[in-house]
Amino acid sequence: MRTIDLATTPLRELNEALHRQKDGANEDNWEVLNPRGSHAVAVGVDAPINLDVKGSVGYYCGGMNKKATITVHGSAGPGVAENMMSGKVTIKGDASQYAGATGRGGLLVIEGNASSRCGISMKGIDIVVKGNIGHMSAFMAQSGHLVVLGDAGDALGDSIYEAKLFVRGKVKSLGADCIEKEMRPEHHEELAKLLESAGFKDVKTNEFKRYGSARKLYNFNIDNADAY
Amino acid sequence: MSYHNPPTTPRKSWTFDDYTLSEIRRAAQTGIYDIRGGGAKRRVPHFDDLLFLGASISRYPLEGYREKCSTSVTLGTRFAKKPIELKIPITIAGMSFGALSAAAKEALGRGASIAGTSTTTGDGGMTPEERGQSKTLVYQYLPSRYGMNPDDLRKADAIEVVVGQGAKPGGGGMLLGQKISDRVAEMRNLPKGIDQRSACRHPDWTGPDDLEIKILELREITEWEKPIYVKVGGTRPYYDTALAVKAGADVVVLDGMQGGTAATQEVFIEHVGLPTLACIRPAVQALQDLGMHRKVQLIVSGGIRSGADCAKALALGADAVSIGIAALAALGDNDPSLEKEYNKLNTTAGSYDDWHEGKDPAGITTQDPGLQKRLDPVKAGRRLANYLKVMTLEIQTVARAAGHNNIHNLEPEDLCALTLEAAAMARVPLAGTSWIPGITGTGGL
Repeated sequence: MRTIDLATTPLRELNEALHRQKDGANEDNWEVLNPRGSHAVAVGVDAPINLDVKGSVGYYCGGMNKKATITVHGSAGPGVAENMMSGKVTIKGDASQYAGATGRGGLLVIEGNASSRCGISMKGIDIVVKGNIGHMSAFMAQSGHLVVLGDAGDALGDSIYEAKLFVRGKVKSLGADCIEKEMRPEHHEELAKLLESAGFKDVKTNEFKRYGSARKLYNFNIDNADAY
Repeated sequence: MSYHNPPTTPRKSWTFDDYTLSEIRRAAQTGIYDIRGGGAKRRVPHFDDLLFLGASISRYPLEGYREKCSTSVTLGTRFAKKPIELKIPITIAGMSFGALSAAAKEALGRGASIAGTSTTTGDGGMTPEERGQSKTLVYQYLPSRYGMNPDDLRKADAIEVVVGQGAKPGGGGMLLGQKISDRVAEMRNLPKGIDQRSACRHPDWTGPDDLEIKILELREITEWEKPIYVKVGGTRPYYDTALAVKAGADVVVLDGMQGGTAATQEVFIEHVGLPTLACIRPAVQALQDLGMHRKVQLIVSGGIRSGADCAKALALGADAVSIGIAALAALGDNDPSLEKEYNKLNTTAGSYDDWHEGKDPAGITTQDPGLQKRLDPVKAGRRLANYLKVMTLEIQTVARAAGHNNIHNLEPEDLCALTLEAAAMARVPLAGTSWIPGITGTGGL
């Protein structure tokens, strides 16, 4: 276990040390103490390490992560795991705006609530939120999955492309071109796997509804202009 | 006796001219706003409205081919561990793979590398062709984040955070379905054949305070090695420049309304944003007020066509310029040799701007496999290199004539303006007077 205390070590040294970790020659387990809301903690990591952050972080924690398993034992500021490529990022507390924005792969688990624009422009990432998510979540979501065990705010999935959304609770409103879709057996299977990966047991997939694109806005049509 | 009015010559309305009426008919017929590529086509005050004074008794010139006049520029000296060194002060602006063919991107890389300058990715990620042929490559960080990944970020020589562009400040991108080939679709992670909208705002930050943190993240991911540019469209150049500096930019890229786009609404291109000439002095003023002029470099783009334009931008305080439409013309875009094919598209060489349709006879703004083959990236790259070298010689010619042994020593005092508007915007005297409208009052007349 390697421990880095951000109360005494500059952020630059932490990220530099993490970037030195490569496949096969890793110090497997890392611990970051006293993050105290620091921004850009553990960004651009590209190695299969385990990293525990003992406290809350600011913006962009785990940004562009590849392969690493990062757990924040606190809450996360805006843009947690933005553009993540692979690996797993878990937030034990709540996450602020834009969680998992533009993520291209990997799994983001938020054990508390997520704020507005969760999964905005997601491009392949899987996001599982135990609590609620805020308005405009999955805006322009391209691909990947967003699973919400709680409720979703206004305009869920506005201008969505091919991402799949599963919500157990209430959806305040759906955004442009986002509709409820049938939960077929393959969707139950997909959802069960996502819940299992996220570590949420005893959750019934038949309590969820699926949402996705009506695909009516994929090519411009003047008679759809009022949808915007 | 009956009285007959003598006939008058039929007169068309200045307000409802032929173009305006054709646009009304087009809108009525199609039900969609006009989309096109390129930049503003309207006449706006521009570098043509400025002249260099040249040397005289009060200043002596340098000998044309004998006395050196250096042209190199270093970008990113503020924070980056590895600033960019360019041999010439003319860079190639961001243009996407998707909007342009892979061969065109390769040609831009080849031409820029021969001439000793950089090229820039666009809203579609980095292609191996482009990286491979570009000695110095600037990677754009755009709201859409199409193709964004940390590996390409680290392969780049600089990162350009795009906030806006001159053709459509406040607008996002648009790549219509007909240009979404399998490869373009894969790079952008979207279905083939659909209209792809690029967002107008970044998905994970808003405002200058957030931008500062975003820049921190990008620097941390890339070990603080790479210069970070911030590109803005010409709207409020004083404040945008000041805020970009505050957010930690190494370089500010300022794009006026004549700057091109691959595709956007005509109403945006012609009616939103400032002319390039109007942008430069406020931006330079912001840098000077912050004590950052020449420490944070300023790149100006939008309608740069010649060494004279570049020299004038430098004299007004820019450190470099960027070209897009001119670079495409050098590759062969809108060439009169293709006139018959342009006619088939109901246009004419020099006017073709329906780049979004993907039917470019020159094989540049297309993803059509047959049309793409028309562009030989080696030959086209050579043409671009030639053009860049000519521009550089022109800048040196003007600089020597003004008595400078370094093109960056060009200054506003080397210029005068032909019109009141240009004098006011460029803050240089009206030709033959010492009057700078808004600065000197009328006392100098």
